[in-house]
Amino acid sequence: MTERTTEQAPPRDPRNEDPAAGSATLDTVTDSDPDGRSRGSSSRRRGERVFRGLTSGSGLLVVAAIAAIGIFLLVQAVPSLLANNANFLTSPLFDTRDPANLNFGIRDLLAVTLLSSLFALVIAMPVALGIALFLTQYAPKRIARTFAYVIDLLAAVPSIIYGLWGIAVLAPALLPIATWLQGNLGWFPLFAPGNLPVLTGTIFTGGVVLAVMILPIITAVTREVFSQTPRFHIEAAQALGATRWEVIRMAVLPYGRSGYIAGSMLGLGRALGETIAVLIVIRAATSPSSFSLFDGGYTFASLIASAASEFSQPLPTGAYIAAGLVLFVLTFVVNAIARVVAGGKVNG
Amino acid sequence: MRYQRRAAAVGLIAASALLLGACGSDENAGGGGVSAAPGVTCGGKPDLRASGSSAQNNAMTRFVATYQQTCQGQTLNYTPSGSGAGRNEFLGGQTDFAGSDSALKDGDETNRAQQRCASPAWNLPLVFGPVAIAYNVPGVTDLVLDGPTAARVFNGQITTWNDPAIAALNPGKQLPAAPIVVNFRSDESGTTENFQKYLVAASNGAYGKEAGQTFNGGVGAGARGSQGVADATRNTPNSVTYVESSFAQRGGLGMAQIINSGGGQPVPLSTESVGTAVNNVQVTGQGNDLKLDLNSLYQTRAPGAYPIALATYEIVCSNYADDQTASAVRAFLQSALSPNAQQALPEAGYVPLPEQFKQRMTTAVNAIQ
Repeated sequence: MTERTTEQAPPRDPRNEDPAAGSATLDTVTDSDPDGRSRGSSSRRRGERVFRGLTSGSGLLVVAAIAAIGIFLLVQAVPSLLANNANFLTSPLFDTRDPANLNFGIRDLLAVTLLSSLFALVIAMPVALGIALFLTQYAPKRIARTFAYVIDLLAAVPSIIYGLWGIAVLAPALLPIATWLQGNLGWFPLFAPGNLPVLTGTIFTGGVVLAVMILPIITAVTREVFSQTPRFHIEAAQALGATRWEVIRMAVLPYGRSGYIAGSMLGLGRALGETIAVLIVIRAATSPSSFSLFDGGYTFASLIASAASEFSQPLPTGAYIAAGLVLFVLTFVVNAIARVVAGGKVNG
Repeated sequence: MRYQRRAAAVGLIAASALLLGACGSDENAGGGGVSAAPGVTCGGKPDLRASGSSAQNNAMTRFVATYQQTCQGQTLNYTPSGSGAGRNEFLGGQTDFAGSDSALKDGDETNRAQQRCASPAWNLPLVFGPVAIAYNVPGVTDLVLDGPTAARVFNGQITTWNDPAIAALNPGKQLPAAPIVVNFRSDESGTTENFQKYLVAASNGAYGKEAGQTFNGGVGAGARGSQGVADATRNTPNSVTYVESSFAQRGGLGMAQIINSGGGQPVPLSTESVGTAVNNVQVTGQGNDLKLDLNSLYQTRAPGAYPIALATYEIVCSNYADDQTASAVRAFLQSALSPNAQQALPEAGYVPLPEQFKQRMTTAVNAIQ
């Protein structure tokens, strides 16, 4: 074999060998390596196995962590659910002061959480779509970069700052709008008078604050997706004589729809779990929720945060964990619906 | 290369300076006997530990500052973890004394205290904080209320400002026909508990709800923390709330004058009026255990006494096993009763102890062994 006799031969490349020679050739290559180190397929195969193991392990670890969280929530919640005297799903009370007489239900929590998050989404989605279209299709590159940076800064503001801004600045500023809505559209159940004596610090105010908080998330994902619209789709539309808006309608939006929905679901997830801002902005009420935007009350997350001092005994703690479990399940359900709505093609 | 070597040398010097700076002991002998104030005998353990009520936290920071100035080298570490946690930590021997919104309960807690101290524990009410009924009613600057009327406002029976019951107490004032907005504390709070106890005690049954750390009035909108209710009241016209006096003053809110159970003239909230109430309070504890019957404060009939205040106790052993601890606890409490410390209280929203009551406290503190 020629390899054995040449010491100044160029480095062997196994790929140039005759494939029919099979492993005998490759073994010979490794045997004759002048440095004596073992190179070639066996170590390559080992490297690949290691890498595959690492990546699979990481994926499994994440799934295992989520499963572990679910199991923990379930195990802690079940004793309290069994000891509950009120109907968990329909009772508006949440009284865990006496461990021997628990009465807790999630009806009001569910109402406030869903109303505030969906209201925030309804406000944020169109605005985010508009911003993303503007930044990718209409704005000159330099302005687009600056704007994008500023929008992303919104995500960096701590949520407690949003809470303080919401209750101190936004609530009084929204008062005229809220008054008008309740005065003129009060017949509509969403705008009917709620269980608070004031129109500030309601789910309405909280929803607007949440909308500002989830806007950067939705915008960032949507912007990314829109900027990746294949150029030939756009050029084809332009070749057909489409105006810019028609290009967007024909090429950009269909391509970016699933990404837009995915971004919105990320935003909804953040809104559902937002704790501190909601705790500060939305005020506590003394009567059950009437499913109006002008109610007050607690969301799942803000109720758990507000009751931190009650976590000294197992049964009351379990009641709050049961509420947390419902939020956990709710997030799963919301994501499942999102995948259906996005046509099963989320994230690509 | 040279730069790297120089940087490495600088880094090494800095690191060793930090390391060597940590050497050396911080075990100073307890500052012996040098006191900068009469009535205070310094000495004892240099680092006291206490925990408990957050309502007296602001007072504690000022007391600690005075203590450090008066007794060089001695300090107290106070953690506002809540009255319940504070009592538990004291009974478990983890702290030297506890700050608590309520005295030790008879039975389980007093028994555990007897074990922990090998002697009775004393409840010493050191800090009194007045609670104001703060309001924001355009055009009204000196609102007058009494126990029954306040109770009916806070449980929703009185719904407008120009209700006959309020008008009867405020002759000649222009009360608007607007609905009353009640702002209450949505978080668990000692202020809520004390205020509701006042309403239960002083309203002759008009309140009709239980006292507790959550507001049971069933009306109004909640806000978190004293600052939250004060801000909510400032931003909402025709609203009323109950809050510590310092928050009401800082927020520019009016503070109602209260007609106490004696039925006399309306009493404004001031150091003197709260002091009068404190002087007239009944002590139910024996000897130097100054456990108070707070109902005697809420139902005070003394003229010029403001009836709504919360009291926080320092719970100490009457006879500590360790003399060093006893000396230090005594020194701290003596410095807290000294004029330097007491005159810093009003700006923090607390009331300096009136002379008569201070005498009793001094006697008890000096008897700690």
